[in-house]
Amino acid sequence: MSEAAAPVTTVAPMVAPHGEVLLKLTDVHTYYGHIHALQGISIDVRAGEIVTLIGANGAGKTTTLKTVSGLLHPRTGRVTFEGRDISKTPAHTLVRQGIGHAPEGRRVFSRLTVLENLQMGAFTRSQAEMKEDLEHVYDLFPRLKERVSQGGGSLSGGEQQMLAIGRALMARPRVLLLDEPSLGLSPILVQQIFSIIQEINARGTTILLVEQNALQALTIAHRGYVLQTGSVVLSGSASEMRENEMVRKAYLGEI
Amino acid sequence: MTASAGAAGTRPQGFRGMRDRAGTLAASHRSITIIVGWIIVATALPLLMLVPPFSTFQTQSLWIDGFTNAGVFILLALGLNVVVGFAGLLDLGYAAFYAIGAYTYAFAASPTVPWISLHVPFWPMLLVGAAVAAMFGLLLGAPTLRLRGDYLAIVTLGFGEIVPAVFLNADKVTNGTNGIGGVYKPDLFGYQFTLGNPVPYYIAMVAIIAIVMILVYRLQDSRLGRAWMAVREDELAAASNGVNTVTTKLLAFALGASTAGLAGVFTASKLTFVSPDQFSFAVSFTILAMVVLGGMGNVWGVAVGAFLLYTIQSVLLKQLNPFFHTLNVPFLKDIDFVQYQFLLYGLALVLMMLLRPEGLFPSSRRRRELHTEVDEYVGDELGPDPSSSPMEQS
Repeated sequence: MSEAAAPVTTVAPMVAPHGEVLLKLTDVHTYYGHIHALQGISIDVRAGEIVTLIGANGAGKTTTLKTVSGLLHPRTGRVTFEGRDISKTPAHTLVRQGIGHAPEGRRVFSRLTVLENLQMGAFTRSQAEMKEDLEHVYDLFPRLKERVSQGGGSLSGGEQQMLAIGRALMARPRVLLLDEPSLGLSPILVQQIFSIIQEINARGTTILLVEQNALQALTIAHRGYVLQTGSVVLSGSASEMRENEMVRKAYLGEI
Repeated sequence: MTASAGAAGTRPQGFRGMRDRAGTLAASHRSITIIVGWIIVATALPLLMLVPPFSTFQTQSLWIDGFTNAGVFILLALGLNVVVGFAGLLDLGYAAFYAIGAYTYAFAASPTVPWISLHVPFWPMLLVGAAVAAMFGLLLGAPTLRLRGDYLAIVTLGFGEIVPAVFLNADKVTNGTNGIGGVYKPDLFGYQFTLGNPVPYYIAMVAIIAIVMILVYRLQDSRLGRAWMAVREDELAAASNGVNTVTTKLLAFALGASTAGLAGVFTASKLTFVSPDQFSFAVSFTILAMVVLGGMGNVWGVAVGAFLLYTIQSVLLKQLNPFFHTLNVPFLKDIDFVQYQFLLYGLALVLMMLLRPEGLFPSSRRRRELHTEVDEYVGDELGPDPSSSPMEQS
């Protein structure tokens, strides 16, 4: 059993890493047809950070991730990754450049086995690199190793989430976008997934995390942004945000 | 007693072991297996037709001719399987590419074309026909990239109607409804193929099928094959794994169409005649039924499906009429079974969907989809996640 699977006490680091700005969104407007989903979002993610986006349903969290990973493109505004403008770059190219996305709802290939799912995650990589990355993923998720030949669709919800994250890691991303990894999981599994996210971050992957579970997200993140109807209404260090009255009322369930 | 029971108990195991070993051997030398397999099948089939009851239906020469025509449909099914079975794109107008291949050869090798008179040899035209059909595959693919499922099916259906309609109405170029006759037959190193002797066509067809099958298997195992699989399963997830979904789908259309192009060139040279009514919706539908019945995604499966369906339709249905007539069965003897061909297809498809939805010879993945491994499921102590259950509440 790897130490990663055991629940790690989740205490947020007080000081955020001060790496280079890896990912930068500047006044990004994204539309679905006529619907103005993102109304001028500006976000920075520094190398080594865990940054979380919190907000209610329809605030634009998922849209922001999709805009970063190239599944959607902004109509105006700029998205830069390592200084390069990626606003118009398609998703499959960005995977090669180092942006990994574990999309909302897990979307594992349910008819493929666990191993085939992970191999698909390494689509952009060579066979030799894949072997090493597989070990890395099994190390993080020993559960997946036990299930290698099982169909993705027959996994439990938590295992599917592990598979979705593991698959995204197979492309060896420098920044990993996670969309609601705790969705529909039991509290213990949520703890487990979140401690694995911290572990992934500790091994050097920058993380942009979208969560409805604001308390958990702010516990492991360095910094956070609150989105409301397509705009950033609040940002700051995770500890500041946990103390913020508005956040406590709206998202942490305090009266 | 006990000894025989013991022997019976061990025999299947020994047999299974042998079968597994043969399977591993076949998988590691797939191209050779395909070639050897086709040589055996192609030799055995005509010999089998000398034996009753087959020999009573029609002469061996007619059987061989029929098998060659069945081969055309095997090619078509192999090609459509790339589009439908591998990439998961429902194409209801596949006969359009068949028509394009056939007309390509007719234009290049018939003295009765109104605007040109060429005689390009058959063999290079096989490749040209495949290439032209592939080009039209791209042409159909490009505007339909954003469509999926029902919408894609409707557009391809339209394409399948438009192409024969163009050949029908552009009569200054195509002779319209009269079609193009006198298409040259193939020759090989001076040996001229003739209508009287079906054997050379038969051998050529078997060779073409074997080559196409090897290529299709290679494709399935390639990076592109994995990309098709990902796109078929979940397009968004495929894109976020680094699959270029646009080129992946375009290549499925193009490569699938190229096989129909081959089949078209072959048919034109064998019938020495092409006309728009050879490429109706019924043809597209028949090929699709072959792929579904054979087992979408399984290369050998769709080949067998195409062979069985064609043989049943072109030989056995015709035999039913005299059969019931001689037996003098009331009611049944008055039915012309050939007329009911599509009714029977429909029935076969409905029965198939109810009893064996994965097809006669399913790919392992298709089987996994339709028979979920409930018994293999080992839930964690926390139970399955509610959002993965079909009874999910939003």
